[in-house]
Amino acid sequence: MNSFARWARWSRPAFTLYMPVMPFVLFALFPLYFMLVTSFKKNAELYDVNSIPFLIGRGVTFGHYELLSKETLFWSWFLNSLIVSLAATVISVVLGVLAAYPLARLKFPGGDSFGVAIFITYLVPPSLLFLPLSTVVARLGLSDSLWALVVTYPTFLVPFCTWLLMGYFRTVPKEIEECAMLDGCNRLQTLVRILLPVAIPGVICAALFAFTLSWNEFLYALVFVSPAELKTMTVGVFSELIRGDIYYWGGLMAGACIGSLPIVIAYVFFLDYYVSGLTAGAVK
Amino acid sequence: MELKTLNGDVAKFAPRSEALTRGLAEFFARDISVAYAFVAPAFLLLLFLVAYPFVLSVWFSLSDARVGETGVFVGLDNFRRLLGSSIFLQTLQNSIVFTALALSLKIVLGMALALLLYRIGRFKRLIRGAVLLPFIVPTALSTLVWWWMFEPLYSVVNWTLKSLRIVNYDIPWLPDPYLAMFTVVLVNTWRGLPFFAITLLAGLVAIPRELYEAAESDGAGPVGRFWHVTVPLLKPVLAVVILFSAIFTLADFNIVYVLTKGGPMNMTHLFATYSFALGLQGGQIGQGAAVSLFLFPMLLIVVFVQLRMVRKATTYE
Repeated sequence: MNSFARWARWSRPAFTLYMPVMPFVLFALFPLYFMLVTSFKKNAELYDVNSIPFLIGRGVTFGHYELLSKETLFWSWFLNSLIVSLAATVISVVLGVLAAYPLARLKFPGGDSFGVAIFITYLVPPSLLFLPLSTVVARLGLSDSLWALVVTYPTFLVPFCTWLLMGYFRTVPKEIEECAMLDGCNRLQTLVRILLPVAIPGVICAALFAFTLSWNEFLYALVFVSPAELKTMTVGVFSELIRGDIYYWGGLMAGACIGSLPIVIAYVFFLDYYVSGLTAGAVK
Repeated sequence: MELKTLNGDVAKFAPRSEALTRGLAEFFARDISVAYAFVAPAFLLLLFLVAYPFVLSVWFSLSDARVGETGVFVGLDNFRRLLGSSIFLQTLQNSIVFTALALSLKIVLGMALALLLYRIGRFKRLIRGAVLLPFIVPTALSTLVWWWMFEPLYSVVNWTLKSLRIVNYDIPWLPDPYLAMFTVVLVNTWRGLPFFAITLLAGLVAIPRELYEAAESDGAGPVGRFWHVTVPLLKPVLAVVILFSAIFTLADFNIVYVLTKGGPMNMTHLFATYSFALGLQGGQIGQGAAVSLFLFPMLLIVVFVQLRMVRKATTYE
């Protein structure tokens, strides 16, 4: 009886929780697993309709990764993505911190309206503005350069960072700053020396999201930059590995794997930041 | 001629820099000027790269602008022509079907997943981490693997279905218009589900446990507790998530562009992909801008409802 009770206690969650959640986990992970498996499969097995697609049956190959490194500009795309994402992240976090501080702390004419404007731009999808933005980018003489992306990515990153950081700044008690102000610090000094160190989690969260969103961006990178050597990761893999009717599926999957890797690594280390950033907009 | 000594230069320089620092100090002592100085960079960026392009987009939609030409004012001609074009009407219909289907799937599955995640104790972090992954990975890249999974000849989905003897032929997932729409909806759901699940989970955690205990002691079963405690208290979070997702689902570009490019026979074109095809590939910027502006009413509705909710929340406080 005792062992039955123990068995029941153990098995109930197994049937009512872990079994129902398994399909969700499989649904989420299978495509990513399949991406990885495909990228290591030899072409002979890849294009054999009778082999089992889920496993690697006839040996692992690094051929697709070699093709990527040797016959495409893959590492240039990787570097381009890195440069653009880092630059856009730094710009957006700095502008976000600066804008969030007065919005969270100071009363000034037009402040509320600006808060609303930030919120509205936060909701503007890139697909609404890419056509006119391409004209603006062309007039600024930035077409076909990485600058086009460094300048335009902050249009969706700054509102996000500002919104997120405003929330964080509001959770920090005002009294800490007031003490510093009494000691003769000005607003900029209080922001940098007092508030920012306390709000570091918020800043990390904003930076992580800004980097992830820049790295994953596709539409602007596709529209504003066309020379193959200046493409970013997402666009390069998609547009240069499909030539006419020939699809390099192994290479495409290898590119998708490496292209996702930096984000997945950041994600593994900073899972909690991602979760809090994701829910910040909705729950606060 | 005046003799310039090192000392003299320094002496002349020092008061100026002192005045400068004093000026700066005074400037930063006033809160209002600080506020404007801090907000200015973000404001200018949004003015020139969001507000101005938006105005430009409205102008384009009222003109016959083409690539490299500013175009002349043609009034509502573009909109009139769009509403008479069967491709655009198809796009309109696709957008509604796509958004309605993907959003409903994400709401129902997201709610179910959130309720499961809420109760899970062991392996909590691992399972949450796994489930959230599709949202983090670059969409344009993860959609490539979906394409590969539904590829006509080597589809792993078809292989599985045939191996299980559910079907005995290759299902044309992407060449068939209706199945293509199904596939696009599926991939959008795959990517968007984590956002729903994780946000709703955060909402669930915020509900005080006592309310469930009270409902239980009043004789409410699990279903009753869900409808009378969970749903009403989750409403604000649910509303925000749905509104937010509604915009970004309707405005989806990546998934459709990578999987189908709007085809077959324009049956999966959404506003974003059709605007891209018209405005950039076809060079008709005026028409393209008019198409993308159809996203605007949705944006307005969402902004309006959310601002009202924010106001309500602040007046209750």
